[in-house]
Amino acid sequence: MSRADPAVSPAGLGRRRAVGFMLPALVLIGVFLVFPALWTIYLGLTDYRLTGLAAADPHVVGAANFTEALGDDRFRSSLWLTVQYVLGSAVVGQAVLGFALAWTLRNRPGPVKRITEGLVLLAWILPSSVVAFLWIALLDRDEGTLNAILHTPGTAWLLDHPMSSIIVFNVWRGTAFSMMLYGAALENVPPSHLETARLAGASTVQQLRDVVLPRIRGHVLTNLLLISLWTFNDFTAFQITAGGPEGRSEILPMYIYNVALSGGRLGFGAAISFLVLLINLVFAFAYLRILRGRREVVVP
Amino acid sequence: MRPALAVLAGAVLALAACGTGGGSQDDGVTLTITSNAISGGKNAETADWTAKWVIPKFEAAQKAKGRTVHVRFQPSGVDDEQYKTKIALDLKSRAGADVIDLDGIWVGEFAQAGYIKPLTDVAGASVDSWEGWNQIPQAVQGLGTFDGKRYGLPQGTDGRVLFYNKDLFRKAGLPDPWQPKSWQEIVDAGTALKKAGVQIPIQLDAGTAMGEATTMQGVLPLLAGAGAEIYAGGKWTGASQPLKDVLNLYRQIYTTGLGDPRLQQEAQGRDKSFAEFAQGKIGILAESDYFWRSVVEPKAGVAPMQNRDAVVGYALIPAERPGAGIRGQDFVSMSGGAVRVLNPNSKNPGLAWELLSFMHSAEATTSQLAGAARITSRKDVNDTVLGVDPMLKFVSDKVLPITAYRPPLAVYPQVSVALQEATAAIVSGRSVEEAAAGYQSKVESLVGGAAHVAG
Repeated sequence: MSRADPAVSPAGLGRRRAVGFMLPALVLIGVFLVFPALWTIYLGLTDYRLTGLAAADPHVVGAANFTEALGDDRFRSSLWLTVQYVLGSAVVGQAVLGFALAWTLRNRPGPVKRITEGLVLLAWILPSSVVAFLWIALLDRDEGTLNAILHTPGTAWLLDHPMSSIIVFNVWRGTAFSMMLYGAALENVPPSHLETARLAGASTVQQLRDVVLPRIRGHVLTNLLLISLWTFNDFTAFQITAGGPEGRSEILPMYIYNVALSGGRLGFGAAISFLVLLINLVFAFAYLRILRGRREVVVP
Repeated sequence: MRPALAVLAGAVLALAACGTGGGSQDDGVTLTITSNAISGGKNAETADWTAKWVIPKFEAAQKAKGRTVHVRFQPSGVDDEQYKTKIALDLKSRAGADVIDLDGIWVGEFAQAGYIKPLTDVAGASVDSWEGWNQIPQAVQGLGTFDGKRYGLPQGTDGRVLFYNKDLFRKAGLPDPWQPKSWQEIVDAGTALKKAGVQIPIQLDAGTAMGEATTMQGVLPLLAGAGAEIYAGGKWTGASQPLKDVLNLYRQIYTTGLGDPRLQQEAQGRDKSFAEFAQGKIGILAESDYFWRSVVEPKAGVAPMQNRDAVVGYALIPAERPGAGIRGQDFVSMSGGAVRVLNPNSKNPGLAWELLSFMHSAEATTSQLAGAARITSRKDVNDTVLGVDPMLKFVSDKVLPITAYRPPLAVYPQVSVALQEATAAIVSGRSVEEAAAGYQSKVESLVGGAAHVAG
């Protein structure tokens, strides 16, 4: 078959066969991703509720939910808290701590490395309800472990510092992923390069900047994208503070839950979910742009 | 390609099969009961009664009629709001248990949403001929009634009082029995308790974390004591003087160290307040008789007190001043109660009704008490059991005649949240004016404009 034949794709499959291969995946994506997203948009335009008359007979209210959300102090403060949560626990906390752990452990002898990695991994793989209970026990005002250790009886960590508490919690919980990813990435850095740099008198900072970082930049980007998206949509901390006290740790996923399910306003909740979806898409597109730009630099 | 599609189709079918799984194992029929009760935890006595009495007795009774019926109990032990969400989602997706336990105040919004149907629509005319209707007073039947139709069978009712710790009162030189005649006397007692070194003199539920408890144990009884009902004459109470008086009392308690503002903000604050009362750290606590029979109850309570009968006192909730309460009363209270409804999507509605009415028979009601007393929905049972427990006799004789009920309207739960937010604002240090103004604008937007709100 000649390349000029329009019915044949470069992969050597006929167009029909190519479509056949794609179809199952497209159907799955359509059913489980595209349709729910469209449905969310539709629900966001209604006054649909969990109970009451509007549950049986919802009305289309146009963009009222969206304008209400954008003008709502609770939504804006929730968005700001989410930004703090993502920057604090994912970008700064998990990524930096994960890299620090991977870097320190890379040449350690067996047992030290295995035990440390085991402990960090444990925080990641324990069921979230168990972990939440442990953290409540740790931070409790009256009989909390932390107050016993620090001799600060009666300090209400979850009430005085709700955001810091859940940020520290999420760093503890999620660092394992970054550590493992960077651990694998660091194996891509040829030891000879590091050795050469060291012999040339490069400091640790210089080694990291000039030898390690160029090699693992792709991993860093992937890691940052994944953990910021996960953290942006993370609901685990709900089990510790439930967004309280008075909404001071109510990040967007908790806000949606509180408004849509506890408060019963499914239509309004769907509108906010759609806004969150848009923010997620912006994240993803920005990442794709950066990645593409990087490839274009590398290829020539 | 073909095999891939076949595998995919197989997987989809398997998933679909999971969705409809369960059903009857052998030739018998399976019925499910659910309630916010779990053995060893919340409302343990209901869970144990269901598992150990209802299920075996009902299965045996059906066997005697030549039918194989299996009854399962689906326990739950969470906050009432979470339980409500779960049941609403169950019913919305046309799933869920056959017999469902609901708070009476949810009946209106569930009925409007079409999640539950009048009992006769679900189970037929046999509902109207049930012997139990004659035993349930009209006011109590009202708990399961919406728009003049019966949606559920009421389990009983309750009343709000002030509980106090007699040991702490003695330490503070306060009288026993204690019966305050105005709000000022409650504050005075709190001040005396504080002087005597009591950690938390007064626990008056506040804030959004406590949920409906804030409204029911705190705001509404106080509002009744200030002479207003939350809904009267077709209008909702806005930021009126009575409401401001209520918020002012909250402010007095939570800004002068008579109450613990932190406890109102904690995610598990209400459970913690129960534990602290049981440990003798709280002087006065406003609750329903639920507190007496399920919380500090010496054996099955969630915060048991071995010496409950000797240490825990109870008093009527006074009006702001004598005669200032609703209907010119000196003392006030609020009542509610749970109901059991049928799932309209039940595969065996007739049998589900048999189970439901069996659970509300005189025999079942008596056995649920298991020697302990509580105010049931049935007059015939109340007449024989209430003499056993002085506290419940007190509620039945002194509280129920002066009590009031919440409006059975679908928008009520949202107004309730607005009230909780107003108290939350006070607890976190905001002024009465500010909290009242916030409440006013919220309630106006909820009930359709200022025309439906009474200033």
